[in-house]
Amino acid sequence: MMTAPPVLSVRDLVVEIPTRHGVLRPVDAVSYDIHAGEILGVVGESGAGKSMTGNAVIGLLDPPARIVSGEILLSGQPVHTLRGDALRRLRGKRMGMIFQDPLTSLNPLLTVGDQLTETILEHLDITPSEARKRAVAALEEVGIPAARDRIDSYPHEFSGGMRQRVVIALALCAEPDLVIADEPTTALDVSVQAQIIALLKRLCRERGVAVMLVTHDMGVIAEAADRVAVMYAGRLAELGPVREVLTAARHPYTAGLMASTPRASQGHRRLRQIPGAMPRLGNLPAGCAFSPRCDHAQDRCRHDPGPTLDTCDGRAACWFPLASGADAIPDPEKETEA
Amino acid sequence: MSAIIRIDHLTRIFDVSKPWLNRLIERAPRALLTAVSDVSFEIEENSVYALVGESGSGKSTIGKIIVGLVPPSQGSVLIEGVDLATESDAAKVDAVRADIQMIFQDPYASLNPRWRVRDIIAEPVAARGGDTAGLAETLLEQVGLSAADAGKYPHEFSGGQRQRICIARALASGPKIIVCDEPTSALDVSVQSQVLNLMSDLREELGLTYLFISHDLTVVHHMADRIGVLYLGRLVEEAPRDTLFADPKHPYTQMLFDAAPRMDAFGRDVEPPKGEIPDAINPPSGCAFHPRCPLAIDRCSRERPEMRRLGDTRVACHLAE
Repeated sequence: MMTAPPVLSVRDLVVEIPTRHGVLRPVDAVSYDIHAGEILGVVGESGAGKSMTGNAVIGLLDPPARIVSGEILLSGQPVHTLRGDALRRLRGKRMGMIFQDPLTSLNPLLTVGDQLTETILEHLDITPSEARKRAVAALEEVGIPAARDRIDSYPHEFSGGMRQRVVIALALCAEPDLVIADEPTTALDVSVQAQIIALLKRLCRERGVAVMLVTHDMGVIAEAADRVAVMYAGRLAELGPVREVLTAARHPYTAGLMASTPRASQGHRRLRQIPGAMPRLGNLPAGCAFSPRCDHAQDRCRHDPGPTLDTCDGRAACWFPLASGADAIPDPEKETEA
Repeated sequence: MSAIIRIDHLTRIFDVSKPWLNRLIERAPRALLTAVSDVSFEIEENSVYALVGESGSGKSTIGKIIVGLVPPSQGSVLIEGVDLATESDAAKVDAVRADIQMIFQDPYASLNPRWRVRDIIAEPVAARGGDTAGLAETLLEQVGLSAADAGKYPHEFSGGQRQRICIARALASGPKIIVCDEPTSALDVSVQSQVLNLMSDLREELGLTYLFISHDLTVVHHMADRIGVLYLGRLVEEAPRDTLFADPKHPYTQMLFDAAPRMDAFGRDVEPPKGEIPDAINPPSGCAFHPRCPLAIDRCSRERPEMRRLGDTRVACHLAE
């Protein structure tokens, strides 16, 4: 087990978008691994680069966005250099993608059966009738009742939760090693979200698929992920086992994010807030991108080039990581007492 | 404290039928969607009342009926003792209208991109012919922006800042009640906390009453004094916040609480709830929740449960105790 290379290995990935106002870096020096049967949660606020990282892995960057350096290895083989047909054979076969909005990621003019068999026939060398059998099995596996009868239905005939199941079936029908789920439950209701998360976890466990789960919901991360990567302004702020990162954050941004999320145990007290907003990519501060919002920032944070996981302790990209359990943002109530 | 809003047996039915010619050709019956069904509750002055529920539960429709954007089909809404739908005294209606404002979910769609922030904020006062000099500037500072922002356009602001502008606009006419329809759902966590704190501060300073509509249980738990849980247009349970979270009585409320992802539940394996929200055009007979309810008995499929009082809680379930 230990000798097998990780299913996905991203090394120093840099994505750039050239614009009239200069070159933007939505993904900057990002490195992580995902092993078979593991769910890596990727969290961050909008514009942090989490979806862009997923799109780069599966080769769906919209030009002019492009990978300028770093590498992406799928079971040890480089995929960031592939183009055209070679990439197409890989996509769907070895990497599956689940998008946020199940209505726009299915073709409204084809039945779900057509879409599934098309994908299966593209990647597996079997006959159309076998492909159809597999399609029914795939729908059954994701929990669609009466799959045999519903396979000839169109996407609009399914409810939102069922549609997302179809998308998951589509991502899994060619038995990929890696699934990238980009906000798979954001458009769904709480009860349906719980069903979809349970399904993803079961498939991951039973089939040993590696899953990259991109979301902004810390609750979903806590329940589903094994490890979590926190992104801020295109960089990894923190990477570690989910329990440690969420309960004892080392990066002030992670700690602030956790403290500003309302939760049941907190009651009616004021929420702590991180001052300001995430900087725009075209206007990043010198030094650590979080330094203008950080209470712990010192001169080094504002001037030295931004810290990365490698230049720091491998867990948090911060020159002065918090001792475990410390809070990044002073508690307003404690403050008034003092 | 007295009730500032009293909602009595409120029902709203939308006609979602096809055009009559299609109905004739296809012999299709009329399709009537009951978005809100026989809902009654009261909101105390200077409190936060939250409505929670999944999509299609009717929470936004109730908000729209209260501000007068949608008329009720049956039942009544009394705001400060005045029923806007039937009151004939125009001066009274006008006075109440000025007391109630709304904040919408999407701060990108709810601000006119061609108007300057100054005009957007002053509009509720200008529309009534009031004096707007310096109003926008004062309000901008009150919501944590700067007076100099008044001359800018909405696209120059981030999502959180835009929601602050929406709040400033809602405050312009000096309202007593603000209906907030998912005010932070479109915002990131760190910005959400800023907006929620601002809303709490304003409530204390100005003595506001909020009707807070949300699907996010953690936000509701943080903000609300009293919570109503809706399912398929029906109020299934209502209780003070702490009572509801400590001891949910209705099986649907229990299911909702179990299904919500929790930050302290690492690797939790929940038994996910069964089934999906039924079609509101053909709701199940009896209790709307009975097809998904683990406790359902025969009676649940035949008889719609009445609201019953159990301690501080009101619950619509035959079996709750």
